[in-house]
Amino acid sequence: MLKTLVNNFALNLQADVLVIGGGPAGTWAAWSAMSGGARVVLVDKGYCGTSGCAAASGNGVWYVPPEAEARENAMASRESLGGFLANRSWMKRVLDQTFTNVNLLADWGYPFPTDDQGKPYRRSLQGPEYMRLMRRQIQRAGVKILDHSPALELLVDEEGKVAGATGINRQTSEKWRVISGATIIATGGCAFLSKALGCNILTGDGYLMAAEAGAEMSGMEFSNAYGISPAFSSVTKTLFYNWATFTYEDGTPIPGAGSQRGRSVIAETLLQQPVYAILDQASEEMRSSMRLAQPNFFLPFDRARIDPFTQRFRITLRLEGTVRGTGGIRIIDETCAASVPGLYAAGDAATRELICGGFTGGGSHNAAWAISSGYWAGNSAAEYALNLGQQANQLRVRGVGEAALQPKAENASSPNINEFIQAVQTEVFPYNRNYFRTEKGLSDSLSRLDNLWQIIRDTQIEDSQLIRAREAAAMVATARWMYNSALERKETRGMHKHQDYPQQDANQQHYLISGGLDQVWVKTQPFSNTNKSLLTTGAAA
Amino acid sequence: MIELVSASRCIQCNLCVNVCPTNVFDAVPDAPPTIARQSDCQTCFMCELYCPVDALYVAPDTELQTSVNEAELAEAGLLGSYRKNIGWGKKQTSSAKTDQTFQVLKQMK
Ligand SMILES: Cc1cc2nc3c(=O)[nH]c(=O)nc-3n(C[C@H](O)[C@H](O)[C@H](O)COP(=O)(O)OP(=O)(O)OC[C@H]3O[C@@H](n4cnc5c(N)ncnc54)[C@H](O)[C@@H]3O)c2cc1C
Ligand code: SF4
Ligand code: SF4
Repeated sequence: MLKTLVNNFALNLQADVLVIGGGPAGTWAAWSAMSGGARVVLVDKGYCGTSGCAAASGNGVWYVPPEAEARENAMASRESLGGFLANRSWMKRVLDQTFTNVNLLADWGYPFPTDDQGKPYRRSLQGPEYMRLMRRQIQRAGVKILDHSPALELLVDEEGKVAGATGINRQTSEKWRVISGATIIATGGCAFLSKALGCNILTGDGYLMAAEAGAEMSGMEFSNAYGISPAFSSVTKTLFYNWATFTYEDGTPIPGAGSQRGRSVIAETLLQQPVYAILDQASEEMRSSMRLAQPNFFLPFDRARIDPFTQRFRITLRLEGTVRGTGGIRIIDETCAASVPGLYAAGDAATRELICGGFTGGGSHNAAWAISSGYWAGNSAAEYALNLGQQANQLRVRGVGEAALQPKAENASSPNINEFIQAVQTEVFPYNRNYFRTEKGLSDSLSRLDNLWQIIRDTQIEDSQLIRAREAAAMVATARWMYNSALERKETRGMHKHQDYPQQDANQQHYLISGGLDQVWVKTQPFSNTNKSLLTTGAAA
Repeated sequence: MIELVSASRCIQCNLCVNVCPTNVFDAVPDAPPTIARQSDCQTCFMCELYCPVDALYVAPDTELQTSVNEAELAEAGLLGSYRKNIGWGKKQTSSAKTDQTFQVLKQMK
């Protein structure tokens, strides 16, 4: 069987570790697996170095020197915002690992600035520079990179262990297959093709592939992140809106509107009428610092000939879903393993509840998580794969992708994929469905999303549409885990705002695990703040 | 969205075809690349950053097409302006080096 399959793939590779996704999490994973002595292949849907949200944007990093007070403050500062679901031992690990790895970036030649006291400043990474360096670094280490090669489905061996993936090169249309001892999903989050900066490559593919192999999600209710951007533009950078005044069309300030805590007010207002912003709170001195801090924030303004400091501009909120939410593939222990053997998850593809609970939004936890979880996943995947030894090379494998790949029934007519995607967006974009959630809204959406799932699952797709169709399937699947989890969390916590239950409920300080494809399920997993119990909750869930 | 591949500037290196994360361009033998799937453009500006000769222009509007005039863009200094801001290219210093995030965060409320 293996033989005949081989012939169908233009490229057929063997590796110890396959990394799917080449953003920060994927590149750190590849580097660390390579350092652990593994042969590594990394595949990216786009181009490793420019693809994903970190490359296009730029990242503040949770980089805190190992001083007791600074670390304590760093951990305490976001706990309430995240609804007390963050785990201190994970936070500590991430702070340690991030500190070490960011210092490594400096050794590798990242041009960190110096602060006004002449000390190196390492809390911010410019996206393009950072990711260009990461690409160079893993290439030097010997990682084989396949660009423009989205993974379409995972492979499993006879025992159900994940053993690689197959995909397609979208520029040559040739199919590839990588058989590997261990596989890391680092495909980022899901922003539903909302055109938020750098996010259109992020459609939840990794969640779908992982779920088809039997993995579970966690925290999918924390998935309603929206970023502020000028109405015309893609640039959802929110930091500078700290210095904004938000107004109605007539120029009167909107009471309570703000960039972080006042974002609900903006969303509410946007449901009725346009909202404008002006960065008039920034001092003259600040303005030039801002330009030097985030050049791409100003790019759209300069090109549209708007001076954001003196001229009002219309804003919107673009859905960033799980990219700046915290939900993702559930990881079961400190190795960043998913609940299926041979599979690991890192970065936005993995749950970030462990370090930020139910809220990240802007802020530097995401970048830190991508770095450290990537590093750990790479390390442990290498160890796992090398322990398999010879066995790994003789694996008999089969693909486990279903939706749009192996229809269970066959629909007579194929849907128009673009219309299909719009139908999904209609359920997840509107503020009065996703930002502000109600039992009725969620249930109504779910009945339509379930229907959409049936359609995409049972459709035979022609090869030229395959990548988009798999993205569409991943988006519906993601939306269904999101909304089923949101229905289950009958309270308001972190970024999850349930209008029917506006209070945080002390009895719901637990995680919500979800999964399933045709039949979506959600269950609770007790919150624990110690290392040991975290390691054993796999069975308890 | 991406609006311009300047035929007069382009040296046909096809870097943009390679680096565009959403695969918007198609390479064409002996000619500049074409914008083959404009609606897939996510307005991330990455292609502009990698183009060695400032032959590309990404308009700020994400949803609507904009008609652009190459001469006017060049005149206004907008061809390659992002590359300049980031400090990429020959004899340039990466502006990561002059990142003033620390100043901004100091003033955070
Ligand atoms: C505008 C913006 C600003 C942000 N600012 C900050 C900040 O200041 N601080 C912070 O901590 N965080 C910030 N974030 C979040 C941060 O960028 C992410 O958390 C981080 O980039 C996650 O890294 P990642 O590697 O997991 O995912 P990504 O960087 O998104 O990379 C995912 C990669 O997977 C690839 N991929 C996707 N699907 C497939 C597939 N099927 N096959 C193969 N490859 C695939 C993509 O092409 C991409 O390269 C910001 C996000 C945005 C959108
Ligand atoms: S990167 Fe610039 S020079 Fe190279 S092919 Fe594209 S447009 Fe032409
Ligand atoms: S702006 Fe981004 S998505 Fe658009 S063409 Fe350039 S690289 Fe591609």
